[in-house]
Amino acid sequence: MSTLVSIKFSRRAFLRTSSLAGGGMLIGFNLFTACKPKVEMPVDISKLNFNDFNAFIKIADNGMVTIFSPNPEIGQGVKTSMPMIIAEELDVPWDNVYVQQGILDTKNYTRQIAGGSQSIRFGWDPLRQTGATARQMLVNAAAARWGVDPAECEAKQGIITNAKGETLGYGDVVNDAATLEVPENVVLKDPKEYSLIGQDITNVDIDKIITGKPLFGLDYKEEGMVYASVLRPPSFGKVLDTFDDSEARAMPGVIDVIRIGQKARELLGKEEQNWTVKLSDSDKVVVIAKTTWEAIQGKKAIQATWTEGTPLESTDFQDKRLLGLLDGKVFTTLRKDGNVAKAFEQADKVLERTYESPFLPHNCMEPMNFFANVTEDRIHLVGPVQTPADAAATVAEMLGRDVADVHLEMTRMGGGFGRRLYGDFVYEAAEIANAIKKPVKMVSTREDDMTTGVYRPAIKYRIKASIKNGEITGYHLKEAAINDNMYGLIPNFFPAGTLENYQVDVAKYDSNITTGAWRAPYTNFLSFAEQSFLDELAELMDKDPVQMRLDLLQKVKGTTDERIEYSPQRLEDVIHLVVEKSGYRNPKPGVFQGFCAYYCHNTHVAEVADVVIENNTPVVKKITVAVDCGIVVNPLGARNQIEGGIVDGVGHAMYANFMFKDGAPESNNYDRYRLIRMNEAPKVETFFVENTLSPTGLGEPALPPAGAAVSIALKKATGNRIYKQPFINNMMAKEVIG
Amino acid sequence: MPTYNLKINGQDHAVDATAETPLLWALRDHLDLVGTKYGCGIGQCGACTVHVDGNATRSCQLQVSQLDGKSITTIEGLSNDGTHPVQQAWKAVDVPQCGYCQAGQIMTASAFLAKYPNPSEEDIKNAMQGNICRCAAYNRIQKAVAVAAEKMV
Ligand code: FES
Ligand code: FES
Repeated sequence: MSTLVSIKFSRRAFLRTSSLAGGGMLIGFNLFTACKPKVEMPVDISKLNFNDFNAFIKIADNGMVTIFSPNPEIGQGVKTSMPMIIAEELDVPWDNVYVQQGILDTKNYTRQIAGGSQSIRFGWDPLRQTGATARQMLVNAAAARWGVDPAECEAKQGIITNAKGETLGYGDVVNDAATLEVPENVVLKDPKEYSLIGQDITNVDIDKIITGKPLFGLDYKEEGMVYASVLRPPSFGKVLDTFDDSEARAMPGVIDVIRIGQKARELLGKEEQNWTVKLSDSDKVVVIAKTTWEAIQGKKAIQATWTEGTPLESTDFQDKRLLGLLDGKVFTTLRKDGNVAKAFEQADKVLERTYESPFLPHNCMEPMNFFANVTEDRIHLVGPVQTPADAAATVAEMLGRDVADVHLEMTRMGGGFGRRLYGDFVYEAAEIANAIKKPVKMVSTREDDMTTGVYRPAIKYRIKASIKNGEITGYHLKEAAINDNMYGLIPNFFPAGTLENYQVDVAKYDSNITTGAWRAPYTNFLSFAEQSFLDELAELMDKDPVQMRLDLLQKVKGTTDERIEYSPQRLEDVIHLVVEKSGYRNPKPGVFQGFCAYYCHNTHVAEVADVVIENNTPVVKKITVAVDCGIVVNPLGARNQIEGGIVDGVGHAMYANFMFKDGAPESNNYDRYRLIRMNEAPKVETFFVENTLSPTGLGEPALPPAGAAVSIALKKATGNRIYKQPFINNMMAKEVIG
Repeated sequence: MPTYNLKINGQDHAVDATAETPLLWALRDHLDLVGTKYGCGIGQCGACTVHVDGNATRSCQLQVSQLDGKSITTIEGLSNDGTHPVQQAWKAVDVPQCGYCQAGQIMTASAFLAKYPNPSEEDIKNAMQGNICRCAAYNRIQKAVAVAAEKMV
């Protein structure tokens, strides 16, 4: 059974075709927006212009299909899963498909985030339609050649067959197809017909990765390129005064020492760019050298003096400020149902708890770096950044140039986790290149990255709930955060909608410490707070924590509240699946299980953590996870994302701590900042709810529930509730177990 | 600046660098062998792992002046075309997420398996715990080491 879809906008609005000069057909299409009315399609493959199209597909006259996209890979597998969707509808063997990364010229490039976990959700319809359109054009060309009705022809695996059983390959008819009109209506496959979607497909870059090919920004080189290491303020709040570079200049390999920051600072106060991190108000000292190592050594030899521009914050000050906000009366209300105050007054019992989390650095394995070369003709930028359009626009504005001069190439990224949404390192590289008039690679050290980051802010939650006659009657959540509060529909996630009296209030204070998105923003900690709270509430009510969730979900079924984005049915499904697969109803002796169900980033997830006691210490052994992410395009890649997200979530909840003293972070490398390692990583067992709904992203949603499930299992194992991350400082294992 | 002769992937290379220059940066910046990665520079993450006379070693902690007469293997030289059983296992299991740490992981695993061809799960975890994967692909790294071990015997 196939589905004939009529598309809201004309196919011509997002897709164009041309005949290639050397043979074959080229299709340009846009994933997120319509094409501009009068763009020319190139007829030469070397002239692909990603200003006008997000991606191109070339079908060669030997039947091979090449997909060109400027979107790089960040680790979420979209460079594999998105082409799979095109190949499915086009109906070609996967072995005939080749994915090639294109170069992005930034003029007019649609503002889009490269490689984010939402790519699959937004790309699903346009990718399928593009593939199906190309297939239909090939069928139409074959039918014309045979003089038959296209409806009598069938296309499968690159071969078109007519009613008489005659066949033509895609390559045989592609030149004819390229001259045809783009059809207005095409037939999309029914999910039951999928032969590629749902198969395990290996990462398209696998061979390059396992042989160490240059793929990442840090690996990019050009003739005559020099390296730059940047000395930034040692504390948030400090500003560069003077510096002595005599020792550095005498060091081997050092070419120059310059002062930058002025150009970036001139942008301060101007209209805020979408993803522009708060630009530093301090100048920086840059050591230029022949090699990375020499630049880093040169930087260490700079003697700089700093003045205090704004107050230097320490963790105890931040803790007091945040608790002060929670105790105070000044809040912004993000959701208010009924009257929580009244519910609390009339309650039989009230539970109130406060949950605390530290700042977190991103610690992308590949440190921040960027290549820049600024000449009179053009500004060439190469490296790992997820917001290329904003980076290009900001650099153009900073250097007083036309954005059309900026040529930005994105490389594969050694992790993102939110950090590479902010282009500060691109601006730095450009400002340096502009000053020295040489191709240059700015390279941050691990210490630079950890101490001058764009952190997940420290956040505290206080949750209060009332119980009357064995029912939850009121629920009031307060958030105190640094710089920014939760946004979008987060205040309407579960348990919103299930309770008559429900309120979410937020407050914040502004700090000079730069903060931003960190894998699953806000929910990465909110989930722990809410889900641990619900577990404790169930205990207080003497209710089974699973049944309590199921009962709550009944109340939101059929809601007409449009802010409720989660589906009670889908959440219920993952809950049932995880309970079954984890053996939650019959845990093995000595295994303590923590259950949690959560919705964020459009995906429904339930997890059960297994904790055992080994040598008097609780050990997280296994996480069983049930996921509803709609159609699973590439199960092999999807499971990888889920496993990584969960182990990452467990690791940060258990170990990550990041404290400030007088404006300076107290850890600057992995010797003093603990990341989870293999011997601490639980085994993850993943189960998908099978359905035919549109796919949603997986880079983020498995992470938030992990810490919550672990904390609940730890409570069962040790008798101790945890209210603060990192758990390792708060689980008091030995005393409790004794 | 002194010249050091390094034997890398079976070939002799002359590197003009100060005595303290870490092998990591000599490989990356002087010799264009960028498969070996920088992660921390202090011996904590394993991204820079290479083999020195067959032993997995952190190249950020080795100075070019300490390598006279030693035989160095980097990810580029582990096999001609990615056919080493560990590389093949990495492909079969589809290990990488961002991929940045994987050269170091592969080099640690291959040196380990050469010495301990029949590791238990615990042995694998202990051998690999010096290599950080920020994407936390640990389940698959562990599985790939086990798969490679089977292929190697
Ligand atoms: S870079 Fe050598 S161990 Fe991290
Ligand atoms: S795959 Fe990204 S750090 Fe290991």
